[in-house]
Amino acid sequence: MTPLLTTMGLSRHYGGLMAVDRVDFSVMQGEIRAIIGPNGAGKTTFVGLICGRVQPTEGMIVFDGNDITNLPSYQRARLGIAYTFQITSVFANLTAYDNVALPVLRTLTDGRARGAVHAGVMAALERVGLVGRENMIAGTLSYGHQRLLEVAMGLALKPRLLILDEPTQGLSDGEIDNFIGLVREIARDATVLLIEHNMPVVMELADRVTVMNAGRILAEGTPVQIRANAAVQHAYLGTPEEGAADG
Amino acid sequence: MNESPAKAIALHAGVIALLFGLNFVLPAYHHGVLARVLVLTVFAMGYNLLFGYAGLLSLGHAMFFAAGLYGAGMTMYHLGWGVPAAFLAGLAAGAVLSLVIGLLALRTKGVAFMIVTMMFAQVLYLLIYYFSVWTRGDEGLVIQQQARAIELGGTRLDLTDPTTRYMAALFLFSVVLVITLAIVRSSFGRVLVAIRENEERTKMLGYDTLANKLAAMVASGAICAAAGAAYVILFGYVGSTLASVQYSILPLLWVLLGGASTTLGPLVGTLFMYYAVDVTSAHTSAYMLVVGVALILLVLYFPKGILGTVRDRWARWLP
Repeated sequence: MTPLLTTMGLSRHYGGLMAVDRVDFSVMQGEIRAIIGPNGAGKTTFVGLICGRVQPTEGMIVFDGNDITNLPSYQRARLGIAYTFQITSVFANLTAYDNVALPVLRTLTDGRARGAVHAGVMAALERVGLVGRENMIAGTLSYGHQRLLEVAMGLALKPRLLILDEPTQGLSDGEIDNFIGLVREIARDATVLLIEHNMPVVMELADRVTVMNAGRILAEGTPVQIRANAAVQHAYLGTPEEGAADG
Repeated sequence: MNESPAKAIALHAGVIALLFGLNFVLPAYHHGVLARVLVLTVFAMGYNLLFGYAGLLSLGHAMFFAAGLYGAGMTMYHLGWGVPAAFLAGLAAGAVLSLVIGLLALRTKGVAFMIVTMMFAQVLYLLIYYFSVWTRGDEGLVIQQQARAIELGGTRLDLTDPTTRYMAALFLFSVVLVITLAIVRSSFGRVLVAIRENEERTKMLGYDTLANKLAAMVASGAICAAAGAAYVILFGYVGSTLASVQYSILPLLWVLLGGASTTLGPLVGTLFMYYAVDVTSAHTSAYMLVVGVALILLVLYFPKGILGTVRDRWARWLP
């Protein structure tokens, strides 16, 4: 089985800083893959390279058998790579409905029938549980609801690969539980790439976990393997021997 | 799209009907003023499409107005073209110019975009002087009265006749108002607003924002050129002052005053500003001072313009 997404030697340097450094990575179709790592490990830059927000310094990205390294971001979105922003970036002055209508309009190829748009918008809002709030101005929604609106916009693109950048940040425990259910449901027809700091969420959702540190992949495996991995613990926590070993 | 458009359509039809009715009751002076205001409103509506909806602040829209003015005026004056052909020449000149300028200027953003558009407008302004053999610079060209008429199936519509001229201006205004309303309600209009609000996000939803901005630029340029072409046809004069930087600033003021990204804001703003200048200049030579103070007060207390404030407070459905 060929992977849905592969990166080969993918790098992004900012001056002397190797934000992402020769990363070889692949995700299988239908997988929920978590990317974890300490702050500054290069996770957001890495997914930024995948969706086209950030241009690579070198390396190659293959999506569904096609080289997309030089495609602009809007064309990658059309191929089915959807990205939900780490810092919520819904259209704050538009209603929730209009926010979701934008991606729905883009994906409707069978005419722009009014009914089809409405159905698409309501279906996406329904999936994230925002029905009843469609006429609220997005900027006045609670933070948790804005995050869900982000996800609804991602869903409305009918993505093949949905990249969720710290989706549970700022959500309450109850909202997180709902969110886990939502991601499972999304994963039934899309591949999910999840950047997440909340370890219980990662352990519960991910099929496999990729750990990044200092722009490189430190480890990769099932949640259980990663939990037991000494190098990961070292990167996250440091170890008592560290001082002695370095000295 | 999720609310009924009936109210908005009724309002716009009502405005057009009101303007039609005014033709029969206005005294001669105000009748003439309103015809001029309607043409200038078309200019402001073109500007509003780019500035209000797509969020692109151009300081060079005088060049598109001038493209229409000179495209129509020069073909009538030098080549003896009839009104319809000259109007189309002006429209085409504006569309082509805005396409070329768009391809160049849209590589920039924000302040750089303002400067680049302003510079191109100044280039055009100076070119008018450079070619003053044909344009006669600031002295300009006067189009003869007998040329400003349309032959329509045996009847002759004399566009210098006040009523015919008013109706022609109203017709152009109505057509452009309907076009603007249609654009605003279309998915293209939604994408423009999305670009204004957050271009990066819009790209990530799969929209080619550059292509959409270019389309907005051409639509805006063509509408402004239509206003320019109508201006020279209806009022019979084209001169370089109409291409000066003042005519790049004016549509911005009209739109800000009336309410950016409202379909009727340009009409309200242009009307208000025209009469503010008209009334104050009758009493004092320092009329620009009075107008300036009025503008400052408006920006302080109604930062979203007259109709923008009305929409925020009372009528959210206003397009």
